Amino acid sequence: MTEQPSTATDTMTEEETADVDVDGAVLLPELVAHLRANRTELRQQWAERITQAHLLSSMTANEVFTEATSVYDNYVGVLETGSVEALQHYARDLSERIIPRGVETHEVVGIVLLLRDVLARSLFEKYHRDFDLLNRVLDAYEPAANRIANTVAVSFVEQRERVIREQQDALLELSTPVLQVRERLLILPIIGVLDTARAQQLTEQLLHAIRAHRAKLVVIDITGVPNVDEAVANSLVDTVTASRLMGADVIITGLSSEIAQTLVTIGVDLSKMHTVGDLQGGIEEAERQLGFQVSKVPDER
Amino acid sequence: MNGDAAGAERAPLPASILSQGRNLIVSIHAALDDEQLTRLQRDLLERVGRERAGGILIDVAALDVLDSFAARTLSDLAYMARLRGARTVVVGIAPDVAMALVRLSVHLPLTQTALDLEEGLEWLAS
Repeated sequence: MTEQPSTATDTMTEEETADVDVDGAVLLPELVAHLRANRTELRQQWAERITQAHLLSSMTANEVFTEATSVYDNYVGVLETGSVEALQHYARDLSERIIPRGVETHEVVGIVLLLRDVLARSLFEKYHRDFDLLNRVLDAYEPAANRIANTVAVSFVEQRERVIREQQDALLELSTPVLQVRERLLILPIIGVLDTARAQQLTEQLLHAIRAHRAKLVVIDITGVPNVDEAVANSLVDTVTASRLMGADVIITGLSSEIAQTLVTIGVDLSKMHTVGDLQGGIEEAERQLGFQVSKVPDER
Repeated sequence: MNGDAAGAERAPLPASILSQGRNLIVSIHAALDDEQLTRLQRDLLERVGRERAGGILIDVAALDVLDSFAARTLSDLAYMARLRGARTVVVGIAPDVAMALVRLSVHLPLTQTALDLEEGLEWLAS
Protein backbone atom coordinates (compact mmCIF):
# COMPACT_ATOMS: atom_id res chain seq x y z
CA MET A 1 0.00 0.00 0.00
CA THR A 2 1.61 3.27 -1.07
CA GLU A 3 1.17 6.57 0.62
CA GLN A 4 -0.44 9.03 -1.68
CA PRO A 5 -1.49 12.15 0.12
CA SER A 6 -3.51 14.45 -2.05
CA THR A 7 -4.90 17.90 -1.74
CA ALA A 8 -8.12 17.06 0.00
CA THR A 9 -8.63 18.59 3.43
CA ASP A 10 -10.99 17.83 6.22
CA THR A 11 -12.17 19.84 9.15
CA MET A 12 -12.45 16.77 11.39
CA THR A 13 -8.70 16.62 11.68
CA GLU A 14 -8.39 19.49 14.14
CA GLU A 15 -11.02 18.13 16.48
CA GLU A 16 -9.56 14.64 16.52
CA THR A 17 -6.04 15.76 17.40
CA ALA A 18 -7.34 17.19 20.61
CA ASP A 19 -8.27 13.79 21.90
CA VAL A 20 -4.88 12.04 22.10
CA ASP A 21 -6.01 8.84 23.75
CA VAL A 22 -8.69 8.16 21.29
CA ASP A 23 -8.69 4.45 20.33
CA GLY A 24 -10.33 2.10 17.90
CA ALA A 25 -13.62 2.15 19.71
CA VAL A 26 -13.94 5.84 19.01
CA LEU A 27 -12.11 5.96 15.71
CA LEU A 28 -13.92 3.11 13.98
CA PRO A 29 -17.39 4.70 14.14
CA GLU A 30 -15.91 7.83 12.69
CA LEU A 31 -14.25 5.81 9.99
CA VAL A 32 -17.54 4.12 9.23
CA ALA A 33 -19.26 7.47 8.97
CA HIS A 34 -16.59 8.62 6.56
CA LEU A 35 -16.95 5.53 4.39
CA ARG A 36 -20.73 5.88 4.41
CA ALA A 37 -20.57 9.51 3.40
CA ASN A 38 -18.25 8.79 0.48
CA ARG A 39 -19.96 5.57 -0.50
CA THR A 40 -20.82 6.47 -4.08
CA GLU A 41 -17.44 7.87 -4.95
CA LEU A 42 -15.34 5.18 -3.31
CA ARG A 43 -17.48 2.42 -4.72
CA GLN A 44 -17.08 3.88 -8.19
CA GLN A 45 -13.33 4.15 -7.72
CA TRP A 46 -13.16 0.57 -6.61
CA ALA A 47 -15.18 -0.74 -9.54
CA GLU A 48 -12.89 1.17 -11.89
CA ARG A 49 -9.79 -0.29 -10.28
CA ILE A 50 -11.26 -3.78 -10.63
CA THR A 51 -11.81 -3.24 -14.35
CA GLN A 52 -8.33 -1.75 -14.78
CA ALA A 53 -6.75 -4.75 -13.08
CA HIS A 54 -8.70 -7.08 -15.40
CA LEU A 55 -10.23 -8.88 -12.45
CA LEU A 56 -13.62 -10.59 -12.64
CA SER A 57 -13.30 -10.49 -16.42
CA SER A 58 -15.94 -13.18 -16.73
CA MET A 59 -18.57 -10.82 -15.32
CA THR A 60 -20.20 -7.82 -16.97
CA ALA A 61 -19.43 -4.30 -15.76
CA ASN A 62 -22.95 -4.07 -14.39
CA GLU A 63 -22.61 -7.25 -12.38
CA VAL A 64 -19.25 -6.16 -11.05
CA PHE A 65 -20.78 -2.89 -9.88
CA THR A 66 -23.71 -4.63 -8.18
CA GLU A 67 -21.48 -7.10 -6.37
CA ALA A 68 -19.04 -4.32 -5.54
CA THR A 69 -21.86 -2.40 -3.88
CA SER A 70 -22.87 -5.37 -1.75
CA VAL A 71 -19.29 -6.14 -0.79
CA TYR A 72 -18.72 -2.48 0.05
CA ASP A 73 -21.77 -2.31 2.32
CA ASN A 74 -20.85 -5.57 3.98
CA TYR A 75 -17.31 -4.34 4.42
CA VAL A 76 -18.45 -1.18 6.14
CA GLY A 77 -20.87 -3.27 8.18
CA VAL A 78 -18.03 -5.41 9.51
CA LEU A 79 -16.02 -2.31 10.43
CA GLU A 80 -19.02 -1.00 12.30
CA THR A 81 -20.15 -4.12 14.17
CA GLY A 82 -16.85 -5.96 14.38
CA SER A 83 -18.70 -9.16 13.52
CA VAL A 84 -17.76 -11.00 10.35
CA GLU A 85 -20.74 -13.34 10.47
CA ALA A 86 -22.93 -11.49 7.98
CA LEU A 87 -19.97 -11.03 5.67
CA GLN A 88 -19.09 -14.68 5.93
CA HIS A 89 -22.60 -15.57 4.93
CA TYR A 90 -22.55 -13.12 2.06
CA ALA A 91 -19.11 -14.30 0.88
CA ARG A 92 -20.26 -17.90 0.83
CA ASP A 93 -23.31 -16.87 -1.13
CA LEU A 94 -21.24 -14.81 -3.53
CA SER A 95 -18.79 -17.67 -4.02
CA GLU A 96 -21.61 -20.01 -4.84
CA ARG A 97 -22.78 -17.62 -7.53
CA ILE A 98 -19.42 -16.84 -9.09
CA ILE A 99 -17.60 -20.18 -8.87
CA PRO A 100 -19.59 -21.68 -11.76
CA ARG A 101 -18.66 -18.59 -13.80
CA GLY A 102 -15.01 -19.51 -13.54
CA VAL A 103 -13.89 -16.82 -11.12
CA GLU A 104 -10.50 -17.70 -9.67
CA THR A 105 -9.25 -17.41 -6.11
CA HIS A 106 -6.69 -14.76 -7.01
CA GLU A 107 -9.45 -12.56 -8.43
CA VAL A 108 -11.50 -12.69 -5.26
CA VAL A 109 -8.47 -11.99 -3.09
CA GLY A 110 -7.47 -9.31 -5.57
CA ILE A 111 -10.73 -7.37 -5.40
CA VAL A 112 -10.82 -7.42 -1.61
CA LEU A 113 -7.26 -6.16 -1.44
CA LEU A 114 -8.15 -3.46 -3.96
CA LEU A 115 -11.03 -2.30 -1.79
CA ARG A 116 -8.71 -2.27 1.19
CA ASP A 117 -6.33 -0.13 -0.85
CA VAL A 118 -9.01 2.24 -2.10
CA LEU A 119 -10.34 2.82 1.41
CA ALA A 120 -6.87 3.24 2.88
CA ARG A 121 -6.05 5.86 0.27
CA SER A 122 -9.17 7.77 1.10
CA LEU A 123 -8.09 7.68 4.75
CA PHE A 124 -4.66 9.01 3.83
CA GLU A 125 -6.36 11.75 1.93
CA LYS A 126 -8.59 12.62 4.84
CA TYR A 127 -5.99 12.53 7.59
CA HIS A 128 -2.77 13.37 5.79
CA ARG A 129 -2.47 16.63 7.68
CA ASP A 130 -2.12 14.91 11.00
CA PHE A 131 0.35 12.10 10.81
CA ASP A 132 -0.19 10.93 14.36
CA LEU A 133 -3.93 10.65 13.96
CA LEU A 134 -3.50 8.92 10.62
CA ASN A 135 -1.37 6.33 12.34
CA ARG A 136 -4.00 5.68 14.95
CA VAL A 137 -6.75 5.52 12.37
CA LEU A 138 -4.73 2.98 10.43
CA ASP A 139 -4.10 1.05 13.64
CA ALA A 140 -7.84 0.69 14.02
CA TYR A 141 -8.50 0.10 10.35
CA GLU A 142 -5.79 -2.38 9.40
CA PRO A 143 -6.67 -5.31 11.69
CA ALA A 144 -10.33 -5.07 10.75
CA ALA A 145 -9.47 -4.88 7.05
CA ASN A 146 -7.14 -7.84 7.31
CA ARG A 147 -9.81 -9.84 9.03
CA ILE A 148 -12.24 -9.02 6.26
CA ALA A 149 -9.81 -9.98 3.51
CA ASN A 150 -9.12 -13.20 5.36
CA THR A 151 -12.80 -13.99 5.82
CA VAL A 152 -13.69 -13.45 2.19
CA ALA A 153 -10.75 -15.44 0.87
CA VAL A 154 -11.31 -18.33 3.28
CA SER A 155 -15.04 -18.43 2.53
CA PHE A 156 -14.34 -18.54 -1.17
CA VAL A 157 -11.75 -21.30 -0.90
CA GLU A 158 -13.95 -23.33 1.46
CA GLN A 159 -16.86 -23.03 -0.90
CA ARG A 160 -14.68 -24.09 -3.81
CA GLU A 161 -13.35 -27.07 -1.92
CA ARG A 162 -16.87 -28.08 -1.02
CA VAL A 163 -17.88 -27.96 -4.68
CA ILE A 164 -14.82 -30.00 -5.65
CA ARG A 165 -15.51 -32.56 -2.94
CA GLU A 166 -19.11 -32.92 -4.03
CA GLN A 167 -18.07 -33.41 -7.62
CA GLN A 168 -15.48 -35.99 -6.62
CA ASP A 169 -18.04 -37.93 -4.62
CA ALA A 170 -20.52 -37.81 -7.46
CA LEU A 171 -17.86 -39.00 -9.85
CA LEU A 172 -16.84 -41.85 -7.58
CA GLU A 173 -20.36 -43.12 -7.33
CA LEU A 174 -21.22 -42.73 -10.96
CA SER A 175 -18.16 -44.09 -12.57
CA THR A 176 -17.86 -47.67 -11.42
CA PRO A 177 -20.78 -49.80 -12.46
CA VAL A 178 -20.32 -53.54 -12.02
CA LEU A 179 -22.55 -55.28 -14.53
CA GLN A 180 -23.51 -58.87 -14.99
CA VAL A 181 -23.52 -59.85 -18.68
CA ARG A 182 -23.84 -63.62 -18.35
CA GLU A 183 -24.53 -65.88 -15.47
CA ARG A 184 -21.44 -65.67 -13.23
CA LEU A 185 -19.69 -63.21 -15.55
CA LEU A 186 -19.28 -59.56 -14.56
CA ILE A 187 -17.88 -56.67 -16.50
CA LEU A 188 -16.38 -53.58 -14.94
CA PRO A 189 -15.72 -50.78 -17.40
CA ILE A 190 -13.44 -48.19 -15.84
CA ILE A 191 -13.70 -44.70 -17.26
CA GLY A 192 -11.61 -41.74 -16.19
CA VAL A 193 -8.54 -41.22 -14.07
CA LEU A 194 -7.84 -44.06 -11.69
CA ASP A 195 -6.16 -42.99 -8.47
CA THR A 196 -5.47 -44.99 -5.36
CA ALA A 197 -8.66 -43.94 -3.57
CA ARG A 198 -10.83 -44.76 -6.54
CA ALA A 199 -9.03 -48.05 -7.15
CA GLN A 200 -9.71 -49.03 -3.57
CA GLN A 201 -13.37 -48.10 -3.72
CA LEU A 202 -13.70 -49.91 -7.02
CA THR A 203 -12.09 -53.07 -5.67
CA GLU A 204 -14.42 -53.04 -2.70
CA GLN A 205 -17.44 -52.66 -4.94
CA LEU A 206 -16.22 -55.43 -7.21
CA LEU A 207 -15.61 -57.86 -4.35
CA HIS A 208 -19.10 -57.34 -2.99
CA ALA A 209 -20.54 -57.80 -6.47
CA ILE A 210 -18.55 -61.02 -6.88
CA ARG A 211 -20.19 -62.36 -3.78
CA ALA A 212 -23.66 -61.09 -4.65
CA HIS A 213 -23.61 -62.49 -8.21
CA ARG A 214 -21.49 -65.52 -7.34
CA ALA A 215 -19.21 -64.50 -10.15
CA LYS A 216 -16.49 -66.77 -11.47
CA LEU A 217 -15.05 -64.38 -14.00
CA VAL A 218 -14.68 -60.63 -14.19
CA VAL A 219 -13.72 -58.64 -17.26
CA ILE A 220 -12.19 -55.28 -16.35
CA ASP A 221 -12.07 -52.91 -19.30
CA ILE A 222 -9.65 -50.01 -19.02
CA THR A 223 -10.16 -48.49 -22.47
CA GLY A 224 -11.44 -45.34 -20.76
CA VAL A 225 -8.48 -44.89 -18.45
CA PRO A 226 -6.34 -42.12 -19.93
CA ASN A 227 -3.03 -43.14 -18.47
CA VAL A 228 -1.72 -46.05 -16.55
CA ASP A 229 1.29 -45.49 -14.36
CA GLU A 230 3.00 -47.71 -11.86
CA ALA A 231 0.53 -46.92 -9.06
CA VAL A 232 -2.49 -47.66 -11.24
CA ALA A 233 -0.93 -50.87 -12.56
CA ASN A 234 -0.17 -52.01 -9.04
CA SER A 235 -3.67 -51.27 -7.84
CA LEU A 236 -5.00 -53.31 -10.76
CA VAL A 237 -2.78 -56.17 -9.68
CA ASP A 238 -4.23 -55.80 -6.17
CA THR A 239 -7.76 -55.89 -7.54
CA VAL A 240 -6.97 -59.08 -9.43
CA THR A 241 -5.35 -60.68 -6.39
CA ALA A 242 -8.28 -59.80 -4.13
CA SER A 243 -10.77 -61.14 -6.68
CA ARG A 244 -8.84 -64.41 -6.88
CA LEU A 245 -9.08 -64.76 -3.12
CA MET A 246 -12.83 -64.59 -3.58
CA GLY A 247 -12.61 -67.29 -6.21
CA ALA A 248 -13.08 -65.13 -9.30
CA ASP A 249 -10.60 -64.82 -12.15
CA VAL A 250 -10.05 -61.50 -13.83
CA ILE A 251 -9.46 -60.69 -17.47
CA ILE A 252 -8.16 -57.19 -18.22
CA THR A 253 -9.02 -55.69 -21.57
CA GLY A 254 -8.47 -52.44 -23.42
CA LEU A 255 -4.77 -51.87 -22.85
CA SER A 256 -3.86 -49.47 -25.62
CA SER A 257 -0.55 -49.73 -27.43
CA GLU A 258 0.68 -46.60 -25.62
CA ILE A 259 -0.20 -48.07 -22.25
CA ALA A 260 1.43 -51.38 -23.14
CA GLN A 261 4.59 -49.52 -24.10
CA THR A 262 4.54 -47.44 -20.92
CA LEU A 263 4.10 -50.49 -18.73
CA VAL A 264 7.04 -52.26 -20.34
CA THR A 265 9.17 -49.12 -20.14
CA ILE A 266 8.51 -48.54 -16.44
CA GLY A 267 8.94 -52.24 -15.80
CA VAL A 268 5.61 -53.17 -14.23
CA ASP A 269 5.13 -56.90 -14.19
CA LEU A 270 1.67 -57.82 -15.42
CA SER A 271 2.62 -61.30 -16.50
CA LYS A 272 0.42 -62.82 -13.83
CA MET A 273 -2.59 -61.02 -15.22
CA HIS A 274 -4.74 -62.36 -17.94
CA THR A 275 -5.08 -59.69 -20.61
CA VAL A 276 -7.04 -59.65 -23.82
CA GLY A 277 -6.98 -56.94 -26.50
CA ASP A 278 -10.46 -55.50 -26.34
CA LEU A 279 -13.70 -55.86 -24.42
CA GLN A 280 -15.28 -58.07 -27.09
CA GLY A 281 -12.31 -60.41 -27.02
CA GLY A 282 -12.42 -60.45 -23.22
CA ILE A 283 -16.08 -61.37 -23.09
CA GLU A 284 -15.61 -64.06 -25.74
CA GLU A 285 -12.69 -65.52 -23.81
CA ALA A 286 -14.72 -65.45 -20.59
CA GLU A 287 -17.66 -67.15 -22.26
CA ARG A 288 -15.37 -69.87 -23.51
CA GLN A 289 -14.01 -70.44 -20.03
CA LEU A 290 -17.47 -70.55 -18.53
CA GLY A 291 -18.66 -72.97 -21.21
CA PHE A 292 -21.02 -70.64 -23.04
CA GLN A 293 -21.32 -70.98 -26.74
CA VAL A 294 -22.71 -68.05 -28.63
CA SER A 295 -23.86 -68.70 -32.14
CA LYS A 296 -25.68 -66.67 -34.70
CA VAL A 297 -29.26 -67.61 -35.52
CA PRO A 298 -29.24 -68.85 -39.13
CA ASP A 299 -31.08 -66.60 -41.56
CA GLU A 300 -34.51 -68.09 -42.25
CA ARG A 301 -35.06 -66.42 -45.59
CA MET B 1 -18.19 -84.84 13.07
CA ASN B 2 -16.76 -83.07 16.03
CA GLY B 3 -13.80 -80.90 16.98
CA ASP B 4 -10.82 -83.20 16.80
CA ALA B 5 -8.32 -81.95 19.36
CA ALA B 6 -5.03 -83.81 19.40
CA GLY B 7 -4.23 -82.98 23.00
CA ALA B 8 -7.14 -84.12 25.14
CA GLU B 9 -6.18 -81.81 27.97
CA ARG B 10 -6.47 -78.73 25.76
CA ALA B 11 -9.64 -76.92 24.94
CA PRO B 12 -11.34 -78.03 21.74
CA LEU B 13 -10.61 -75.95 18.68
CA PRO B 14 -13.30 -73.53 17.57
CA ALA B 15 -13.28 -75.42 14.30
CA SER B 16 -14.82 -78.63 13.11
CA ILE B 17 -13.35 -81.17 10.74
CA LEU B 18 -15.89 -83.30 8.92
CA SER B 19 -15.15 -86.00 6.46
CA GLN B 20 -17.32 -86.22 3.42
CA GLY B 21 -16.39 -88.91 0.93
CA ARG B 22 -12.71 -88.46 0.22
CA ASN B 23 -12.72 -84.87 1.37
CA LEU B 24 -12.15 -83.24 4.72
CA ILE B 25 -14.28 -80.20 5.32
CA VAL B 26 -12.94 -77.77 7.88
CA SER B 27 -15.20 -75.11 9.17
CA ILE B 28 -13.60 -72.41 11.32
CA HIS B 29 -16.12 -70.81 13.66
CA ALA B 30 -14.06 -68.15 15.37
CA ALA B 31 -10.67 -66.53 15.17
CA LEU B 32 -7.89 -68.97 16.05
CA ASP B 33 -4.75 -67.98 17.88
CA ASP B 34 -1.34 -69.03 16.65
CA GLU B 35 -1.19 -72.14 18.80
CA GLN B 36 -4.64 -73.26 17.71
CA LEU B 37 -3.75 -72.70 14.08
CA THR B 38 -0.66 -74.86 14.41
CA ARG B 39 -2.72 -77.51 16.13
CA LEU B 40 -5.33 -77.42 13.37
CA GLN B 41 -2.59 -77.76 10.77
CA ARG B 42 -1.14 -80.81 12.55
CA ASP B 43 -4.52 -82.47 13.12
CA LEU B 44 -5.49 -82.03 9.52
CA LEU B 45 -2.27 -83.42 8.13
CA GLU B 46 -2.57 -86.37 10.40
CA ARG B 47 -6.12 -87.07 9.31
CA VAL B 48 -5.21 -86.70 5.65
CA GLY B 49 -2.89 -89.68 6.10
CA ARG B 50 -5.19 -91.69 8.33
CA GLU B 51 -8.35 -91.26 6.26
CA ARG B 52 -6.57 -91.19 2.90
CA ALA B 53 -8.31 -87.91 2.09
CA GLY B 54 -7.97 -86.54 -1.44
CA GLY B 55 -9.09 -83.03 -0.74
CA ILE B 56 -9.29 -80.45 2.04
CA LEU B 57 -11.78 -77.63 2.05
CA ILE B 58 -11.30 -74.88 4.61
CA ASP B 59 -14.22 -72.55 5.14
CA VAL B 60 -13.20 -69.20 6.65
CA ALA B 61 -16.50 -67.38 6.03
CA ALA B 62 -16.98 -66.79 9.75
CA LEU B 63 -13.71 -64.90 10.06
CA ASP B 64 -13.60 -61.16 9.70
CA VAL B 65 -9.84 -61.05 10.16
CA LEU B 66 -7.16 -63.21 8.63
CA ASP B 67 -3.71 -62.17 9.80
CA SER B 68 -0.42 -62.90 8.11
CA PHE B 69 0.34 -65.85 10.37
CA ALA B 70 -3.01 -67.44 9.62
CA ALA B 71 -2.52 -66.86 5.90
CA ARG B 72 0.98 -68.38 6.09
CA THR B 73 -0.30 -71.39 8.03
CA LEU B 74 -3.08 -72.00 5.53
CA SER B 75 -0.81 -71.82 2.53
CA ASP B 76 1.82 -74.01 4.26
CA LEU B 77 -0.92 -76.46 5.05
CA ALA B 78 -1.96 -76.52 1.41
CA TYR B 79 1.59 -77.30 0.39
CA MET B 80 2.10 -79.98 3.05
CA ALA B 81 -1.23 -81.60 2.20
CA ARG B 82 -0.22 -81.59 -1.45
CA LEU B 83 2.89 -83.55 -0.46
CA ARG B 84 0.65 -86.10 1.24
CA GLY B 85 -1.60 -86.32 -1.77
CA ALA B 86 -4.48 -83.99 -0.93
CA ARG B 87 -5.56 -80.82 -2.70
CA THR B 88 -6.62 -77.85 -0.59
CA VAL B 89 -9.09 -75.10 -1.29
CA VAL B 90 -9.87 -72.14 0.96
CA VAL B 91 -13.41 -70.81 0.61
CA GLY B 92 -15.52 -67.98 1.96
CA ILE B 93 -12.97 -65.18 2.20
CA ALA B 94 -15.08 -62.08 2.83
CA PRO B 95 -14.60 -58.96 0.66
CA ASP B 96 -13.11 -56.98 3.54
CA VAL B 97 -10.74 -59.79 4.42
CA ALA B 98 -9.62 -60.04 0.80
CA MET B 99 -9.01 -56.28 0.70
CA ALA B 100 -7.04 -56.40 3.92
CA LEU B 101 -4.89 -59.30 2.76
CA VAL B 102 -4.06 -57.50 -0.46
CA ARG B 103 -3.39 -54.22 1.29
CA LEU B 104 -1.00 -55.90 3.71
CA SER B 105 0.62 -57.75 0.80
CA VAL B 106 -0.20 -61.08 2.41
CA HIS B 107 -0.43 -63.64 -0.33
CA LEU B 108 -1.75 -67.15 -0.35
CA PRO B 109 0.63 -68.69 -2.84
CA LEU B 110 -0.13 -72.21 -4.03
CA THR B 111 -3.53 -71.97 -2.38
CA GLN B 112 -6.64 -72.41 -4.40
CA THR B 113 -9.48 -70.15 -3.33
CA ALA B 114 -13.17 -70.33 -4.15
CA LEU B 115 -16.24 -68.29 -3.38
CA ASP B 116 -18.09 -70.68 -1.08
CA LEU B 117 -18.54 -74.29 -0.02
CA GLU B 118 -20.39 -75.24 -3.16
CA GLU B 119 -17.73 -73.81 -5.44
CA GLY B 120 -14.98 -75.36 -3.39
CA LEU B 121 -16.54 -78.83 -3.52
CA GLU B 122 -16.97 -78.45 -7.26
CA TRP B 123 -13.29 -77.67 -7.61
CA LEU B 124 -12.31 -80.62 -5.43
CA ALA B 125 -14.50 -82.88 -7.57
CA SER B 126 -12.96 -81.68 -10.80
